Amino acid sequence: MTSIPLVAVVGNPNAGKSALFNMLTGARQKVGNYPGVTVERKSGRLSLPDGRPLELVDLPGAYSLDPSSPDEEVTRDVVLGKQQGERLPDALLLVLDATNLDNHLRFALQIIALGLPTVIALNMVDLARRDGLEIDPQALERELGVPVVETVAVRRRGGDEIKEALSGAVGAARRVRAGDGAEERDIAALQRRARAIARAATVGETGARRWTHFIDHVALHPVAGPLIFAAIMFLMFQAVFAWSEAPIGWLEDLIASSQGLVVDAIPAGFLRSMLVDGVLGGVGAVIVFLPQILILFLFILLLEATGYMVRAAFLMDRLMARVGLSGHAFIPLLSSFACAVPGIMATRTIEDPKHRITTILIAPLMTCSARLPVYAVIIGAFIPATSVGWGVGLQGLVLFGLYALGIVGALLAALVLRRTVAKGSHQGFMMEMPKYQVPSIRDVAIGLWTRAMIFLKRAGTIILISTIILWALLSFPQPKPGETALDSSIAGKIASVLEVGLRPIGFNHEIALALVPAMAAREVAVSALATAYSIQTEDETKAEQSLTEQLRGRWSLPTALAFLAWFVFAPQCLSTVAVTRRETNGWKWPAFMLAYLFALAYLAAGATFWAATALGL
Amino acid sequence: MSLRLDQLPFRTPATVTGVEWTSLTPIEARRLRNLGLDEGVAIEALHGGPVGRDPLAVRIGRMMVAIRRSHAQAVMVEATAT
Repeated sequence: MTSIPLVAVVGNPNAGKSALFNMLTGARQKVGNYPGVTVERKSGRLSLPDGRPLELVDLPGAYSLDPSSPDEEVTRDVVLGKQQGERLPDALLLVLDATNLDNHLRFALQIIALGLPTVIALNMVDLARRDGLEIDPQALERELGVPVVETVAVRRRGGDEIKEALSGAVGAARRVRAGDGAEERDIAALQRRARAIARAATVGETGARRWTHFIDHVALHPVAGPLIFAAIMFLMFQAVFAWSEAPIGWLEDLIASSQGLVVDAIPAGFLRSMLVDGVLGGVGAVIVFLPQILILFLFILLLEATGYMVRAAFLMDRLMARVGLSGHAFIPLLSSFACAVPGIMATRTIEDPKHRITTILIAPLMTCSARLPVYAVIIGAFIPATSVGWGVGLQGLVLFGLYALGIVGALLAALVLRRTVAKGSHQGFMMEMPKYQVPSIRDVAIGLWTRAMIFLKRAGTIILISTIILWALLSFPQPKPGETALDSSIAGKIASVLEVGLRPIGFNHEIALALVPAMAAREVAVSALATAYSIQTEDETKAEQSLTEQLRGRWSLPTALAFLAWFVFAPQCLSTVAVTRRETNGWKWPAFMLAYLFALAYLAAGATFWAATALGL
Repeated sequence: MSLRLDQLPFRTPATVTGVEWTSLTPIEARRLRNLGLDEGVAIEALHGGPVGRDPLAVRIGRMMVAIRRSHAQAVMVEATAT
């Protein structure tokens, strides 16, 4: 059996590798993992001009073959044919940023010296021209001895030429490497050669005004910069709510009408109850938050694709330094507002281990999108939609307070962690600041699509299964006359035990019940409450009541506030625990994370409940 | 006239005359080399952070790099005559 030729895409970070990969493979991508490490393996298929298929794999960006992170290690191992679960590529597609040749050529020289058939994509030639930089691809070809193709990946230019060049490279023999490779290991010597080649290939360089510097004069201005940053953050969180209202309404209608269809089609009984209360009620309660989650991811993808994200890190560096971190930690933390899992994975670029572990430990305190369903339901039920003046609503203010509480909690936690369990070593802040770019709609769309699929898969698996299990535990054994379903069921009995510990912080039986399946994922708390109340309500007219109305009738205000405070801190997410275990290679840190966050959650919920009760709310 | 990078006025093109690699940890030194810092390259401090003008946004060759003032002290520069 002949396998399809494999081509690996390699290059420095910010060279535009992913955009090139998207251009060549389109949306037909497979995201997996390399065995034993959490580094994502992104691959896709394309057809060469002669019809042969080709598998393309996008390797993590690297500065050199001397790895300084798990990501770079995978890149090195793949191109050396040493990576478990990956065959040696038949050819390499090396992506160089035309505006940054002196730097990217150093890694290019190392890669070419490996002797694998290589094609160079000289990317971002449009930005180079914009900056008045003219590069001669033929000269580069002569110096490097491999084909060079000009591309503008974000504008989808140069794809056919790349495929043409790849069809020549695939099947070509490996060249014997010249020399003993000593020069490739001497980074300073390599760098000098890279600069010499870049000079030789640069035919024209005018002092054209660089757009990036022009924008940075404003974006990094000591006064205007932080104001713009605050405005962007405000717009982001505002948009998450304002733009999602209509689509959430459509989803709710869709779910309600599906429930209606099931009720009409299936006679009353276990199956109908499972479908209506368990599947549609439970999973539906979570699915309606898809619009908000996508809007949040849209902003984060845009911030990254435009190059602004690193500017935000730059502006935040001093503040982060106060608590013993750096601007570097800011990027994974901002991503954690969408989801802590990609956030924790993004900490890999932090080289200092103490820094990294602190960032991982506080990432779950950023208000992730899974908390939104919980916050939105409780706020909607208990906080009146009144204005506190200047067009600011009380509901929005409370939500802002919950976000702020998470951030303050994270900063204080970092301060304590850096002085105790993650003490010592200080790496500081050194980062490449990429050029500003107009993001490609296609790349952003592909990113959003991937996120939407991950979310829906989660809803279809973890959330569906835990909702069905919970529905079963709630429905059996059937209540005897005079008993409520909640008291007699298995789930009810488990909750009664937990309730003993949770009663002092104001939690009732149903909350105790919801918290158990919510260990799988926070948003399950909402679906669990929905399922519990929907089963409990025998009366047909009452069953029509929304979860909001049910909660209003059954919870006191201090209980609702305590419940919110609990979710600011509680690490109720199996995926986060799992990714922390993988990223830290053991159970020590995830166990520590669970312990300190549950302790904080208990204290915060308790303090809120007691304070609210004392105030007579 | 030689200066430390953190003393170089903003938007003054300069050349790196020396780097005290030994005053940096090996990880820091490698990272700065990866970001293009080396003797003889063109350098220019462009922007400073909002608090104490720290960190610095520095152009090294053609690349923009963020670096804290404490690390910039290890870099000796000389303003390019214009």
